[in-house]
Amino acid sequence: MEVSLNFSGGAELLFGKIKQHIINLPAGETWSMKKLLSWIKDNLLKERPELFLQGDTVRPGILVLVNNADWELVGQLDYHLQNKDEIVFISTLHGG
Amino acid sequence: MVVQCSAGCGCNAVLKRPKTNDALCKTCFYWAFETEVHHTITSTKMFKSGQVVAIGASGGKDSTVLAYILKHLNEKYNYGLKLVLLSIDEGITGYRDDSLESVKRNQEEYNLPLTVLSYKDLYGWTMDDIVKQVGRKNNCTFCGVFRRQALERGAILLNCDVIATGHNADDVAETILMNLLRGDIARLQRCTSHITSSEGSLPRAKPFKYAYEKEIVLYAYFKKLDYFATECVYAPDAYRGHARALVKDLEALRSTSIIDIIHAGEQLAIKDGVKLPKQGVCSACGFVSSNVICKACVLLEGLNRGRPKLAIGKSNKALAEILADRLASAASLSSVQDQF
Repeated sequence: MEVSLNFSGGAELLFGKIKQHIINLPAGETWSMKKLLSWIKDNLLKERPELFLQGDTVRPGILVLVNNADWELVGQLDYHLQNKDEIVFISTLHGG
Repeated sequence: MVVQCSAGCGCNAVLKRPKTNDALCKTCFYWAFETEVHHTITSTKMFKSGQVVAIGASGGKDSTVLAYILKHLNEKYNYGLKLVLLSIDEGITGYRDDSLESVKRNQEEYNLPLTVLSYKDLYGWTMDDIVKQVGRKNNCTFCGVFRRQALERGAILLNCDVIATGHNADDVAETILMNLLRGDIARLQRCTSHITSSEGSLPRAKPFKYAYEKEIVLYAYFKKLDYFATECVYAPDAYRGHARALVKDLEALRSTSIIDIIHAGEQLAIKDGVKLPKQGVCSACGFVSSNVICKACVLLEGLNRGRPKLAIGKSNKALAEILADRLASAASLSSVQDQF
């Protein structure tokens, strides 16, 4: 399953300053957002996991969009990923 | 899984509003967000027609969206305002120099005049120099105090009537908590005003006072507004971080928390008989101050004497020293003598 991940608002600094990552997740499993975050922690996060994750979910202050819509509308951690989904992580944790 | 817009317009929702838990589509979101800011401005009589407004612009998310929205609302509702961008360069390498590029882009995109003032020119010190002297704790005190004054000076230079800043609901909630945690009653009372104004200084308005940070960011995202997004290199050590972490955790549990904290802060009344500092003017530089000499002057004295911690914490001891020096060396300081 192919999924595109976008990091912005400063979050990209935790991922080697690369904003877009196209990843391939092993098929045959259901991928919830919760599972994806765990996968990101193990496979993509380059440094300081506590700046991106808090417990099972993203650190408060990091906005998540699934196919350009607020993840709160689609069940947050319980949302099941589909092929070609676009997930955007926007950090708001900086000066304005 | 697709959620319909709560407004009943038939479009797909793109966000859930933390204030109301409504699901809104892009168009309805823009309308709701803009109308609320417009309401904040009109119901508080924030501006008067014909005024020149200096928009404190850092190139960050809040000030970028502020410049965009003020320009939009000014045109749509005929506020009759003249808008200018005012940016302060604190001299923080790797942070401010990058964000100033973003402000310059704002100037071109929104076609608003831009003026940049630097700490180096105004005070003879950059924040990088100050941090080398002061260390990584308490340096935000210098930056905040100097920036407020710098904005004031810039606005006066440009003949402005009022300064507008991008402080959002999250910021105000954090400030209320910070003032509570530090027992700063005077600030606790002042920090929830839409417009902070006092004798000897220009009014400062916060049009985004009730706007959630989440919505400002998503507004910028969907409208593709370009802003600079990095944390100040000295920020991780700031005291505000504790208040911010708490506010963010509370928002995750119950999203109306932020607006509720602001509501509580606005309703707070100080008991009769509580002694509050009186706001006058600084005898050295003339800017607003609740002491004989303002914080900025005391901070600067400390830096220039190689004793930067002079003004951190209770300022009475530091003030007494400086006053004693000035009284001894000055020919006459009648304004100081009058105060005593």
